[in-house]
Amino acid sequence: MLLVAILVLAAGTYTIRLSGVLLRDRLELSEPVQRLLPMAAAALLAALAGTAALMAGSEFAGFARPAGVLVGALLAWRKAPFVIVVVAAAAVAALLRLAGLP
Amino acid sequence: MANMSTLYRTLRDLGALAAAMVAVGASFGAITIAYGLPTWTPFAMSTLVFAGGAQFLAAGLLAAGNPVAAVLAGLLLNARHLPFGLAVAQTLGTRWRDRLIGSHLMTDEAVAFALAEPDPVRRRRIYWTVGILLFISWNTGTALGVLLGGATGDPDALGLDAAFPAALIALILPSLRDRDTRLVALTGGTVAVLLTPVLPAGLPVLCALLGLLVLLRPARRSDGPGAALPPRGSDGADAALPPRGSDGPGAARPPRDSDGLPDGAETVRPPRPLDGSPDGCGAVGPARRSDGAETVRPTAREA
Repeated sequence: MLLVAILVLAAGTYTIRLSGVLLRDRLELSEPVQRLLPMAAAALLAALAGTAALMAGSEFAGFARPAGVLVGALLAWRKAPFVIVVVAAAAVAALLRLAGLP
Repeated sequence: MANMSTLYRTLRDLGALAAAMVAVGASFGAITIAYGLPTWTPFAMSTLVFAGGAQFLAAGLLAAGNPVAAVLAGLLLNARHLPFGLAVAQTLGTRWRDRLIGSHLMTDEAVAFALAEPDPVRRRRIYWTVGILLFISWNTGTALGVLLGGATGDPDALGLDAAFPAALIALILPSLRDRDTRLVALTGGTVAVLLTPVLPAGLPVLCALLGLLVLLRPARRSDGPGAALPPRGSDGADAALPPRGSDGPGAARPPRDSDGLPDGAETVRPPRPLDGSPDGCGAVGPARRSDGAETVRPTAREA
């Protein structure tokens, strides 16, 4: 049962991934609609970032994580290198937790 | 040489991401064992499913003895890969081998890295590099977690839970210079955050596609700037708004990719907005527009 569930999840996930790729060919998309695709991806990524930054499950994520993400986002806005953004966000969150913040 | 420094920067950037991925993968491996699931489970999931969020969610539900919920929740969480696939299809190219393998390597990070790169050749390369690197680091981490168990530590103590959203924000920031993309992304992100407490996991992120509806607002120019601005939430991305005015009317149209894909990272407003669209839903899922108008082209079996 466990194996079946994992295989179904794997097959379903792969089907979702592949069908987007294959569907793109079959759709005659007008130019304005084509332009929506990267925008849709940006909206999904922004939603992933926003929910991952602020929420843990259906609860608020506390303070350390959003604070770390905020520092990372500000650094990114100031055009800091990607690696600095990632490391700084993690460091701020880790230090705040070390200081006892949730 | 510019190429060398670009390569170096890319490797350095990816190194940070890969290291974080190993650590989170290790926590996945350790958690599944701690749940009491058989040792092969994390390996099977990390290689065959290869989707971090869905794996954590499904492992919990499997351990609770609820395989049906595990599958449904995992698939719901991964449904966002369909629009991702539409967005990166032309990056993957037309060869079947590339499509079949490249689809499996699709992750949020690979998509974000690829779409942040305007040049189609480099975009393609970066998609594959990120995809392969993350697959290796995720599975390496999983193995470490299984071997070391709880000794791998809590990724939250290292602040890794803040690293991933910050990485995504850094990757989408350049595309937010385009005013329409910024409106859509910030609206979608806000909608997703607000809906998270009331909807099952996965659905709020999908609802971010509703952000595309802001493009339908009528008479954009006459209602004054800011009239249709999304509500300012506490969304982490809000703080990272690029300075306004970077997308003035003088902004030149970027060169088109050879494959006709509008430039993901630097989309510029088209001559006309989406006015002709009769149905509000059309904007939500491009796939839906195919209902009537689809013409199925004969598929090239071989490139």
